[in-house]
Amino acid sequence: MRYREALNLALREEMRADERVFLMGEDVGVFQGAFKVTAGLLEEFGERRVRDTPISENTIVGMGVGAAMAGLRPIVELMTINFSLLALDQIVNSAASIRYMFGAQVKVPLVIRMPQGAGHQLGPTHSHSFEALYQHIPGLLVAVPTTAADAHGLLKAAIRDDNPVVFIEHETLYGRRGEVPDDQEPLRFGEAAVRREGGDVTIVGISRMAETALKAADTLAEEHGIEAEVIDPRTLRPLDLDTILASVRKTNRAVIVEEGWPHGGVGANMSALIQEQAFDDLDAPVARVTGADIPMPYSKPLEQASFPHEEHVVQAARATLGEL
Amino acid sequence: MATEDATGGRGPDATGVEAATHPLPDRAVCEATLARMQLIRRFEERAGEMYAKAKIGGFLHLCIGEEATIVGSTNALRETDYLLSTYREHGHALARGTPPGAVMAELFGKVDGCSGGRGGSMHLFDVDRRLLGGYGIVGGNLPLAAGVALASDYEGTDDATLCMFGDGATNQGTFGETMNLAALWKLPIVFMVVNNQFGMGTALERHSAVTDLSRKAAGYGVPGNRCDGMDVLDVERCVAAALEKARVEREPQLVEAVTYRYRGHSMADPEEYRTKDEVEDWRPRDPLTTFPARLVEAGVLSEQEVEQLDEQAVKTVDEAVEFADRSPFPDLASLYDDIYVIGEQVRDPWWSTDARSPDVHRGEQEREAGEVAQELAEAGAAHADETDPDTRAARARGAGG
Repeated sequence: MRYREALNLALREEMRADERVFLMGEDVGVFQGAFKVTAGLLEEFGERRVRDTPISENTIVGMGVGAAMAGLRPIVELMTINFSLLALDQIVNSAASIRYMFGAQVKVPLVIRMPQGAGHQLGPTHSHSFEALYQHIPGLLVAVPTTAADAHGLLKAAIRDDNPVVFIEHETLYGRRGEVPDDQEPLRFGEAAVRREGGDVTIVGISRMAETALKAADTLAEEHGIEAEVIDPRTLRPLDLDTILASVRKTNRAVIVEEGWPHGGVGANMSALIQEQAFDDLDAPVARVTGADIPMPYSKPLEQASFPHEEHVVQAARATLGEL
Repeated sequence: MATEDATGGRGPDATGVEAATHPLPDRAVCEATLARMQLIRRFEERAGEMYAKAKIGGFLHLCIGEEATIVGSTNALRETDYLLSTYREHGHALARGTPPGAVMAELFGKVDGCSGGRGGSMHLFDVDRRLLGGYGIVGGNLPLAAGVALASDYEGTDDATLCMFGDGATNQGTFGETMNLAALWKLPIVFMVVNNQFGMGTALERHSAVTDLSRKAAGYGVPGNRCDGMDVLDVERCVAAALEKARVEREPQLVEAVTYRYRGHSMADPEEYRTKDEVEDWRPRDPLTTFPARLVEAGVLSEQEVEQLDEQAVKTVDEAVEFADRSPFPDLASLYDDIYVIGEQVRDPWWSTDARSPDVHRGEQEREAGEVAQELAEAGAAHADETDPDTRAARARGAGG
């Protein structure tokens, strides 16, 4: 099953199971979703529960928050993560804050889905990776699934949870195939997946970079005799730091790979946490591999050069072992 | 352009609102209505005093002058209807029935405040009375209110939502976006623009190309009406009619209440954008003068009874202040409580980070973080006793802050 089909299945199952769950977003209905994630849902559930909206991101998200406060369980789809910036007011000032600032009188069971990522020559307004931005905000849960099974299981978990969830999909991953167990139950946030075991270096890959990290690990083993342990955190809030720390205590080295920008990135935060919690276990500085610190360029060679590929990760891992 | 003809453009007789004379309701309703307006007035006056004494922090936006708009609107609501307001919402909470002590305690940042001391003056909330918030972002409450109305419609109830905001909010993108969606989806919602003539310190004619705000949503499919925001009966009649349209016919409505705030935007407002004469021009329209005068004239209440009601309001506010004073500040160890709903997805793992002390730890484990963390939290909290001397002096003058 493809990643997009796994998401579609999760939506379908949760909408069948709970009448309060409904979907709204730009072109999610008649058009079947900009990336076809919502294909067929309008036909099955009708216009009451699959709602095409005008292009009004801030208001769509705000309405999702209001409907969630009043007892529904909305899922809002935003067409790309860049468009979510129009809704930052409602995401930060409303969704993330309302429970806390109103003394826990209400909850906001809202899922905001959005795809991110470079590689499709969509230039600087449709290609960015903002998981660092969303993991920064207390009050939000943040998921970054990379496999079809995780996309399915984590989306089900997000829909059933009573907290606002920023659910970050990846445009490149939509077409990837993967096994999704029959009748898969929701997965749990805050449980990292160890994608590959190894004793020499820990590589943490975020979003699509978990896939890149795995490829790099294969190269490291085949060409350099280095056994990397690859961890996909799957969710950034909550973060399964325990699994990462246990691995670092074993390998004494860590490389964090993300597609987004370096300043204030996921890796910046994670390396701080690792050195705060496991300084004595480190044999090398925590390494980061990030996207280039620029708006995403359109030109294909420039674009490909501006986000991490396996070669970058191989180099970074070898550097932590003093090979370079 | 504004200063010279400011008063001329904004005087009470130049608003385009015609004075109406609605028949008085029965004595009990008149009395309750007056009592609510008096409570709000006395509460706000006292809140201003408490701010000057630095019992209240941050910003304080008083609604003095807008009592008829608030009470007229809330009188038109059913108990099961929802109300969302702005940061100038003490009066809305009081009119909805939130205990005045809980409102004052919130302004004081105390644990018994209606938002547990987490929200403050701009973020009052009372889920039991379906007051779903004051909001600090201009225009931020419109999408939320439409979402609440969507939930009512989705679930097939006949609850309606009233969303109140100021004239300044009509210039936000969310105004147009929300009007369009509300009309498109036929939501049971009434939008109420409380036109108090200023978006903070910028006069209406200087911030909005269309100054008849009741027309401003028509292009989005939301028809509008104006009412005299200084006449509690006119407001109630107009809002009730709009609610009926929204509730029964699923035609969202906009109501513009033309009113005036006699105090500054907040306590930190030197009011350089209007003249004292302008404020005085509006004094004869003060609903706390005109409404009781009408009741006395009509023989509904005696002057003495009006006076007694007012004394009761003062007493209620006295008690509210005593309650707020007695209430403790929230426990420092509760700092990380209620960021999340604890459950299947939020349990053991790291969901918040406390890096205030050398031993960086999970925020949710603050209670077990040890002595150093506790001492540093207390050291931080001890700064609450400091007030910048300039701020203190300004507050004593009744200005800055």
